[in-house]
Amino acid sequence: MRRSEDFSTSYERLTRPLVREHGELRPASWEEALDRAAAGFRQGIDRHGPNSFGMLSCARATNEMNFVAQKFTRVVVGTNNVDSCNRTCHAPSVAGLAAAFGSGGGTSSYSEIEDTDLIVIWGGNPRFAHPIFFQHVLKGVRNGARLFVVDPRRTPTAEWADRWFGLNVGTDIPLAHAVGREILHAGLANESFIERATSGIDEYRALVEPWTPAAAEAETGVPAEAVRELAHTYARAERAQLCWTLGITEHHNATDNVRSLINLSLLTGHVGRHGSGLNPLRGQNNVQGGGDMGAIPDRLVGFQDILDPGVREPFERAWGRPIQGRKGLNLTQMFEAMEEGELKTLYVIGENPVQSEPETHKTTARLRSLDHLVVQDIFLTRTAELADVVLPASAAWCESDGTFTNSERRVQLVRKALDPPEGARDDIEIMCALATRLGHPWERPAAEEIWNEVRSLSPMHRGMSYARLAELDGIQWPCYSEDALEPSYLHSRLWSKAPALRGDPAPFGIVGHSPPVDLLDEDFPFRLTTGRRLDDYNTGVQTGGFSSPLRRGELLDLSPEDAAKLGIEDGETVRVTSRRGSVLVPASVTASMRPGLVFMTFHFPHQVDTQLLTIDATDPIAGTAEYKAAAVRIERLGPRPAAEHRGAPDGALR
Amino acid sequence: MDLRLLDEAATADERDAVDSLLGTPESGWDGGTRQDSDLRYARGGHTARDRRDLLLPALHAVNDRVGWISRGALNHICRRLTVPPAEAYAVASFYAMFALHERPRRVVHLCTDIACAAAGSDGLRERLAARLGPPGTGSGDAPAAWHESPCLGMCERAPAALALQAGAPARFAVAAPATPGGLDALAEGGPGGRGADGDRPSPASDHPTTFHPGPPPGASPEPGPAAAVPDAGSPDHVLLRRIGRVDPLSLDDYRSAGGYAALREALRLGPAGVIREVTDSGLVGRGGAAFPTGRKWNATAQQPDAPHYLVCNADESEPGTFKDRVIMEGDPFSLVEAMTIAGYAIGARTGYLYIRGEYPRALLHLENAVSLARERGLLGPDVMGSGFSFDIEIRRGAGAYICGEETAIFGSIEGQRGEPRTKPPFPVEKGLFGKPTAVNNVETLVNVLPVLLMGGPAYAAVGTAGSTGPKLFCLSGAVRRPGLYELPFGATLGDLVEAAGGPHEGRSLRAVLLGGAAGTFVRPDELDIPLTFEGARAAGASLGSGVVLVLDDTADLPAILARVAAFFRDESCGQCVPCRVGTVRQEESLLRLRSGASPAAEVPLLREVGRAMRDASICGLGQTAWNAVESAIDRLGLYSADDPAAPDPAPGGTATPAPGDRAATEEAR
Repeated sequence: MRRSEDFSTSYERLTRPLVREHGELRPASWEEALDRAAAGFRQGIDRHGPNSFGMLSCARATNEMNFVAQKFTRVVVGTNNVDSCNRTCHAPSVAGLAAAFGSGGGTSSYSEIEDTDLIVIWGGNPRFAHPIFFQHVLKGVRNGARLFVVDPRRTPTAEWADRWFGLNVGTDIPLAHAVGREILHAGLANESFIERATSGIDEYRALVEPWTPAAAEAETGVPAEAVRELAHTYARAERAQLCWTLGITEHHNATDNVRSLINLSLLTGHVGRHGSGLNPLRGQNNVQGGGDMGAIPDRLVGFQDILDPGVREPFERAWGRPIQGRKGLNLTQMFEAMEEGELKTLYVIGENPVQSEPETHKTTARLRSLDHLVVQDIFLTRTAELADVVLPASAAWCESDGTFTNSERRVQLVRKALDPPEGARDDIEIMCALATRLGHPWERPAAEEIWNEVRSLSPMHRGMSYARLAELDGIQWPCYSEDALEPSYLHSRLWSKAPALRGDPAPFGIVGHSPPVDLLDEDFPFRLTTGRRLDDYNTGVQTGGFSSPLRRGELLDLSPEDAAKLGIEDGETVRVTSRRGSVLVPASVTASMRPGLVFMTFHFPHQVDTQLLTIDATDPIAGTAEYKAAAVRIERLGPRPAAEHRGAPDGALR
Repeated sequence: MDLRLLDEAATADERDAVDSLLGTPESGWDGGTRQDSDLRYARGGHTARDRRDLLLPALHAVNDRVGWISRGALNHICRRLTVPPAEAYAVASFYAMFALHERPRRVVHLCTDIACAAAGSDGLRERLAARLGPPGTGSGDAPAAWHESPCLGMCERAPAALALQAGAPARFAVAAPATPGGLDALAEGGPGGRGADGDRPSPASDHPTTFHPGPPPGASPEPGPAAAVPDAGSPDHVLLRRIGRVDPLSLDDYRSAGGYAALREALRLGPAGVIREVTDSGLVGRGGAAFPTGRKWNATAQQPDAPHYLVCNADESEPGTFKDRVIMEGDPFSLVEAMTIAGYAIGARTGYLYIRGEYPRALLHLENAVSLARERGLLGPDVMGSGFSFDIEIRRGAGAYICGEETAIFGSIEGQRGEPRTKPPFPVEKGLFGKPTAVNNVETLVNVLPVLLMGGPAYAAVGTAGSTGPKLFCLSGAVRRPGLYELPFGATLGDLVEAAGGPHEGRSLRAVLLGGAAGTFVRPDELDIPLTFEGARAAGASLGSGVVLVLDDTADLPAILARVAAFFRDESCGQCVPCRVGTVRQEESLLRLRSGASPAAEVPLLREVGRAMRDASICGLGQTAWNAVESAIDRLGLYSADDPAAPDPAPGGTATPAPGDRAATEEAR
């Protein structure tokens, strides 16, 4: 077996700032690097205005760092153009949940996953991609909960499940609507909850009416009887958890997908109660916290709407500077704005968009078009290689104090265990030095001081002092007061008998089906979907340095049927081509795939650049790209076996 | 489950063997052929994983059919039960009777344990080796493979050999006492698998059994179970009263001989009433630990957790013990009735009957008995029309002494390795499948029948104050009439040896091993020891499971100790260090002594190792592995002076620390 080192580059920690001179990066002193970084930003603001600046903040860094990054953007620069890689995964979840319930977090806690009757995992493979969360799932399963998995592949998660539903890629809405219709027709809807706590049931009823189980079978491939089974089991469960991951959100209509799942919880009352809820599974250690801290273009800390002057007022008072009353650009829009010449300077902290965004060539070209690119990271990533200034940072999880917020909204203290290597500096310290050079003399505050500023501005964090976080081993938001704790689940208000306490009803999402943008045809007959494997993480920057006995490098998973038809042997290198690019990759024949469906990861960009194949069609609401559905063809490199034609799987695509 | 299955495929025969046990696979995910419907839908999860306890039966199914378990067969079992292959391999390799390499269909197990060794198994071993090569070898086309076996539970007819022949169905044959000619017949079965009467339907063909009732070609039929009871038919018998007088395959015979009267009485009394009678009777466990049965049942019945389980421990493997085999072979319905009563008393709906793999005839008779009882409504959803629901699942061991330990038996039934668990929690709280469980020995259970028929107080009047009721003793070794004896508690060891005819003409007693390999040696001058729990305890010995193995002046004691030590070393499950290492060190030391090492150096070492095993092992196996050796040194004077034959001048001064104390862990044995 080949060693894992063959597949990934082991990164050396950055310990000296780098600046670009005559087209090359060269080492520089901190003074010179900070001066040049600040000068480039000042020039951009002076020439093109504050909205020509963009900030990509880091979903792995602390809440405190994210708060300072968005404050830097809004106060020092004066724009709302701040976002993070949460755009590439769960922004649709946040948008969908916020549209239904007013706030964008998962509604339940880990302990409730262990204490429920049915766990539905829709478009996710947490056995591989969320192994810690899956331990809670397994505890639930061992406590007797049934596990249903909806996924095009029969993943390792599905192998644990009581039922697996193998739908076609990008047909989540038809399946969800058919489940909703079946619940309504079987009389299993929770009528009193619908009446009290929701709005739009009549439109919803009309919306789903065409999606009979048979119609759903034709579109999704899931047998009609199985659709009924899913509907009845979910509706009859006394408690049920609906969890999803990127199989729902990495689509061009991702927010609609999320809404279609939320609809099912509204129909059955599986939200706002202990053990029943909706849970997007987050991927980065602090992707929840980054959004909570306002490092997103449309919300201030604590999910407060930036369009509301009443919300902005206390911030403006505290920060002594007006805040633009309009949404900034999200990550996807920033990249489009680069191409249109509207975004001129970019400050990237701990992100690697060259390898995490779709269509690598396009991303690289857009970054090159910038007037000024500053990358602050612990490694010299592909993105950092393009920068004008590279600033060596500390690793948040072990080299700084602060807090992280996990998928169950629990804010937890992290404590500094190590000093950064000689020459690297703390993220917050770097931002303060830049702010000072840009006319805002920020003394570097202690993490707790920043946190207390968060608490003073965000009602839902107000009750979480560091002392209390330490004492209670973390606290879930919302936590409005130091004297009380809220329930472990959100939206219990929906069950209140008093209309005043119930608040705004949760609207059903009236969303239609829209198939994947990248259409299958004779030339591109295979549906490529992407995801993760157990022992690697995203672009491999954080995991490539560790060896794993399971790691086999990048592979193209395909079904035994397709392999036989194309004459492909297990392990044979094949060419995979989409309308945008082409790569060579070894094939892996596995029964978890069905004819017409193939799978790759993007863990090994140095070996196989999967993002050359993916499409940048994005969700108009949340801006997430459709990583989950590309159309490709597969070709053998060697001579073809005699009796073999190019591989259109017959009739297997539907 | 995250299954990383192997690439090997099962043969049609292997698949058929597994699928006849588990049913036809419902999909490609379940081990069938991949179909279009499999691409969109799969079932599994709890339903699949909940069948983990069928792992051991599935391994048996393959081993019974083809004689060994190939990687392909293991793979098929793993897919069907969603068990990772590494775990299934760990289970399959735990048991001595499973082979993971190809071998002939017929396997001869030659008993080389104490009683059989004393009766000349050495010569037979050489004969088999000359014919079939070294033990454990033999390719698929050899006529048979053979193994040296620990006690086969046929000590009354030593030396014994058992042949098992894979096929559909599998067959078995016994040679005991094994003559050279009888052994040759066992060893010469062809690889064909089908017996001379292969097409003859079995007598109870409506009730399929694991083994064909007829022996394979060339082998002679085994004498009836009553042959093990020298005074069969005695009017004094209570537990053995039906042995030899009823057809063990006939439920009608059993009923006409008083069968099912006790269950009727139990249903009249109600569960609490049954427990009261059993408590009043003073009945204590007969497996070796002598724990009060009424207390155990009451504790189980009181547990709020549900369901409750009954486990009948019929993994009778203590060398020298064969009483449970005789009951199961000769009066199987009595055990079915007694288990039903026990289940009723403790609130169980399912009872597991765990029979050791070396007892094919007991298995055959019990499978038949359970089927007939079910057919007549004596088991099932409405027992005797009372509304009480109870059924029995039979599980077969596969050659592992440790599985008779009361918690290891749970692991074995659950489809795990048969490794003991730490206590607490005790089985009455968390036993089989983590639920409240009463584990009872076969003899203990059948005593419940007379308890209910006589009434608890009347039963308590039999025997002594501390040991009530009748007791079975397994007499073997150097006596004229070895066999199974039933006596009321209170008789002395001398009485029993007398009843068995005493030593052979011209021989004198050298020692008696009481309680089996885990028991103690006593001297010929101690024959006045009363055979009661309290009497044995006072004498620093233990009744154990009722083994009375008599050795005369021809016995080679150092060889016997080495065999005992080899037995424990082989049967240690290896889970805890004191036992895993200690049993090896003990055997090494005894082998050095046999080849002339100085007792002055070895005996202190043996004592130190023995103490470590007794103090620190987690179960009774390690705790008692030193008992027999210690008593041979301290009571018989072996290795204690320059003259190994000299009797110990000061017996009893260093009495064995009450072996009865191992009770807590050895209760069910």
